[in-house]
Amino acid sequence: MPQLDVSTFAPQLVWLAITFIVLYVLMSKLGLPRVSGIIEARRKRLDDDLARAAETKAEAEAVLAAYQKAMAEARAQAQAAIKERTEQFAAEAADRQRRLAEALAEQTRAAEREIGAAKDRAFAEIRDVAVDVARSITEKLTGSPADEGKLGPAVDRALTERAG
Amino acid sequence: MALEIRPLEQFKIDRLIPIHIGGVDVSYTNAAFLMTIAVLLITALLVFGTRKRALVPGRWQSIAEMSYEFVADMVETNVGHGGQEFFPFVFTLFMFILFANFLGLVPYSYTVTSQIIVTFALAAVVFIGVTIIGIVRHGFHFLRLFVPQGVPAALLLLLVPIELLSYCIRPFTLAIRLFANMLAGHTMLAIFGGFAASLGLLGIFPMGIDILIVALEVLVAALQAYVFAILTCLYLSDAINLH
Repeated sequence: MPQLDVSTFAPQLVWLAITFIVLYVLMSKLGLPRVSGIIEARRKRLDDDLARAAETKAEAEAVLAAYQKAMAEARAQAQAAIKERTEQFAAEAADRQRRLAEALAEQTRAAEREIGAAKDRAFAEIRDVAVDVARSITEKLTGSPADEGKLGPAVDRALTERAG
Repeated sequence: MALEIRPLEQFKIDRLIPIHIGGVDVSYTNAAFLMTIAVLLITALLVFGTRKRALVPGRWQSIAEMSYEFVADMVETNVGHGGQEFFPFVFTLFMFILFANFLGLVPYSYTVTSQIIVTFALAAVVFIGVTIIGIVRHGFHFLRLFVPQGVPAALLLLLVPIELLSYCIRPFTLAIRLFANMLAGHTMLAIFGGFAASLGLLGIFPMGIDILIVALEVLVAALQAYVFAILTCLYLSDAINLH
């Protein structure tokens, strides 16, 4: 077994010591600080970026909150304006309606009065016509002129009976 | 012609550049060559792999960062915050063993971690280091490590020697676990490879087994590096936190 050849121990140990110590020095002075520097730089960069991202997010949230507040205010204002105008219009409409109703009632009353007057006039004319008719009928039937004093009240009586 | 199967030949140390200083053999061997390649590759990964210092890492930078964070998490989880100063050592240990294991799987290369003297040297460094750290940090109180708490005094007579023994065999178990895993895997690969070469057409079957073993060895290579590193973390935790 070549591993148990004692004459090879010395060169192996010597070169193991040399190479191992060289590697240790290279690693501890050069390789490891280099790699840890890279890893640290990356970690720092990431932390910075994350911090910046958090800051930007907070800013964006503030802007959003301000926007929402402005929107809510504007909406409330608009609602108030709409309500005011609606009430105003409703009042105006009611007013106009009331005036129209009054005018109509006035016209109705005037018309009724005219109708009453026309009716009275018509009645008066009918009485004159009835008296004339009654006189001529009486003259034809009796052959003598009618008694004017009795004719008027008789026609009146008959008209009142009919109207009743 | 029957091929002779010599599965242990792959572990032979070749002196590529024979050097002797003051009677000590410090030849540059094939094992030393693979160690050098491991060091170069790890350094290249961590330094050239990250040369862009990209915010979004590319392929190589990802691997470098993943290995960094993997070991950093391991130290943080198992040793706690007091383990930060040992992180470079654990990282070096983990990457060195990992690359040595992986490089050993490349055909015609050499598996550094299949040498018991190498794994034992690494384990011994861990063991001695941990013991020194424990004594420096806690002084005499470090001995509390061998005295389980909440146990009747009579049982302590039995438990303290067991704890002491289990502490002292740590370097051996640590070294032999890695060494044996590498040795067994590569020996099996060589044996089935030898079958494949000598059986002609039928050699396709041992060849298939070899392919499966390679897949398994990739897993073992990573797993054993992880086990070595995490046990080092646990031993460090013992010395620093005294459970």
